Amino acid sequence: MNTQTAKKTKEVINKTERITGSEAIIKCLIAEGVDILYGYPGGAIMPVYDELYKYQDKIHHVLTRHEQGATHAAQGYARISGKVGVAMATSGPGATNLVTGIADAQIDSTPMVCITGQVFSHLLGSDAFQETDIVGISTPVTKWNHQVTKASEIPEVLAKAFYIAKSGRPGPVLIDITKDAQVSELDFEYKKCTGIRSYIPVPKTNPDKVKAAAELINSAKKPMIVWGQGVILGQAENELKAVIEKAGIPSAWTILGASAIPTSHPLNIGMVGMHGNYAPNKLTNECDVLIAIGMRFDDRVTGSLNTYAKQAKIIHFDIDPAEIDKNVKTDVAVIGDSKDSLAKLLPLLKETSHDSWLKEFKDLYAIEFEKVIKDDITPTKEGLTMGEVIRQINIETKGNAAIVSDVGQHQMIACRYADFNITKSNITSGGLGTMGFALPAAIGAKMAAPEREVVAIIGDGGYQMTIQELGTIFQQKVPVKIVVLNNEFLGMVRQWQQLFFDKRYASTEMTNPNFVAIAEGYYIKARKVVKREELAEAVKEMIASKDSYFLEVCVEKEGNVFPMIPSGASVSDVRLS
Amino acid sequence: MNEDIKTFTISIYTENNIGLLNRISAIFQRRHINIESLTTSQSEIEGVNRFVIVVNITEEQAKKIVGQFEKQIEVIRAFYHTDEETIYQESCMFKIKSNLLFEEPQIQNIIKESNTRIVTVNKEFFVLEKSGRRNEIESLRRDLNVFGIMQFVRSGRIAVTKDEMKVTEMLLAFNNQ
Repeated sequence: MNTQTAKKTKEVINKTERITGSEAIIKCLIAEGVDILYGYPGGAIMPVYDELYKYQDKIHHVLTRHEQGATHAAQGYARISGKVGVAMATSGPGATNLVTGIADAQIDSTPMVCITGQVFSHLLGSDAFQETDIVGISTPVTKWNHQVTKASEIPEVLAKAFYIAKSGRPGPVLIDITKDAQVSELDFEYKKCTGIRSYIPVPKTNPDKVKAAAELINSAKKPMIVWGQGVILGQAENELKAVIEKAGIPSAWTILGASAIPTSHPLNIGMVGMHGNYAPNKLTNECDVLIAIGMRFDDRVTGSLNTYAKQAKIIHFDIDPAEIDKNVKTDVAVIGDSKDSLAKLLPLLKETSHDSWLKEFKDLYAIEFEKVIKDDITPTKEGLTMGEVIRQINIETKGNAAIVSDVGQHQMIACRYADFNITKSNITSGGLGTMGFALPAAIGAKMAAPEREVVAIIGDGGYQMTIQELGTIFQQKVPVKIVVLNNEFLGMVRQWQQLFFDKRYASTEMTNPNFVAIAEGYYIKARKVVKREELAEAVKEMIASKDSYFLEVCVEKEGNVFPMIPSGASVSDVRLS
Repeated sequence: MNEDIKTFTISIYTENNIGLLNRISAIFQRRHINIESLTTSQSEIEGVNRFVIVVNITEEQAKKIVGQFEKQIEVIRAFYHTDEETIYQESCMFKIKSNLLFEEPQIQNIIKESNTRIVTVNKEFFVLEKSGRRNEIESLRRDLNVFGIMQFVRSGRIAVTKDEMKVTEMLLAFNNQ
């Protein structure tokens, strides 16, 4: 570790004392404000767990039932609170089981620190028991990683880990600590990291670029905003709202941007992307200025790049310079923190409204409502729909719940139809599309924000990928509400098979167990709904429950999610059926 | 931006840390970019390493990949340059049977004309070293190949840029914060 690279500060949290590396790890976590961490013990991390035992009044360790669950719980914790989530595991299989969650956090910019135990440093490279090169394995999916082989390095490396995880564009950091570094002693002194010379987390906003952006926006006849998670991560919700309202711009969101502006806001025109709303997708190719804020033009958002908003001038606000011109060429790029950039933009904007332009969105919404939404959320035909379940949850929670969704059809339906009044309320695996994310992520979210109603909405496929975390919910008494929308299919894959593979349903049909019995096996209150008449009452009972509650809703087997932009098609070719 | 595939020299200034090479090579691998050559050494700044990597890609790819390098925590700055914007050299060594030096007078002429340096001579073999452009080294290799080469090795490209590299300024700015 090169000690010159991290800036020294005068703020000394602890006076020097002689302690073990393991105790130092715990003290570092406490100094960073960690109150809860998720993990699973094993040989190479046992000294740290021994210290956790002594510090259990200060720091709460949650034993998940699988290390993947620990990472997703840490992600859920981070996404709802904005704080760094922490996961811990032993070496070898413990460490490799973290990788999916780390990759998920990397692509969704979630601040997370993972601590893994490692074999004694003299055994490194000897194929020792439970030795694996987790630093090598995790390199492409971490913002930073590092192996510690000396106890004396622990405070500085962990300080850097937290600083890197949460600063700039957040991301996961993995610190691998050999067992000898855990058991040997050091003179402990903790200084928070405040800067690293090779790392510029927040590039300074260039006022000329903000001015150029403002001029384009002021001259636009048909401006449209697409915001992403950058607004939430940058805590720029109020600034965005002020910009939208002053310039009267119809504004859409990416899946991870959901909830930054309330669903009910008159200028909120819905979600863009493969299963987003009809109007914002269609009109992406009609607007004259497209203002992208804290989003990265993911292929699920843009469809074919060759036909994406070619008529429009593009303004891109982002904190990460590598995102500029990566997928879509911009006319004006404003690199910097979203809160700061939008605050600087606001006074330069003319007060405007674009009523006839906004009406185009409303008109297309009316078409989408008639052809898709009405039958999704208030169906009259037999067979429960996913959409009507979300609608009931909206009614019972008044749009104040945090919705944690998994991956697939139910996820798209939840993001499309859930009402969001409060920011940081849509917790889902966006970029990586990790099935199994929701159940453990809901645990982390509920523990970080016990005052919030947290509802996990999961498909029958994804649920069975991390179903073991029911054990964590039971042991920790986490009052999350779990809704499984059971169509006895891997629904999204089945939908593609129906539309693009001539209904050849290869390995997508599922013979499911008795989910209610499984939940009850973990002493979680459980109920199954098969009829429409039972739904409202069941959702009401679930939301009213003070304890965790499992609700299985048997929905129609072959329901499809529309609108849909077929893979590789243009956003304006969005289909309603 | 020009879409033609060209040779670019990528210079990456980094902290001297284990694992950084892995991080950098993973960025190439993920995008299916073949590395023509890679050299790493101390740079002009104490404690700062410099990677010099040669790749054949489009300028658009070069720009994007440099963005990915700069995103790495321990990368201080990264740049891409065309051949015209750099002064570059490679170095090579030849091991040849000693008797040829005396039996084939032509070899001595080749050594003299190409400004090749004799590093060592002993009873069994002698070793030649030359620095220069790839074509000079290739032509020397072809000339010597006729007589039989026991071993040949060529280094990756090393290059300095005609433009100033503003890395020191960036580090000073950090220290003065």
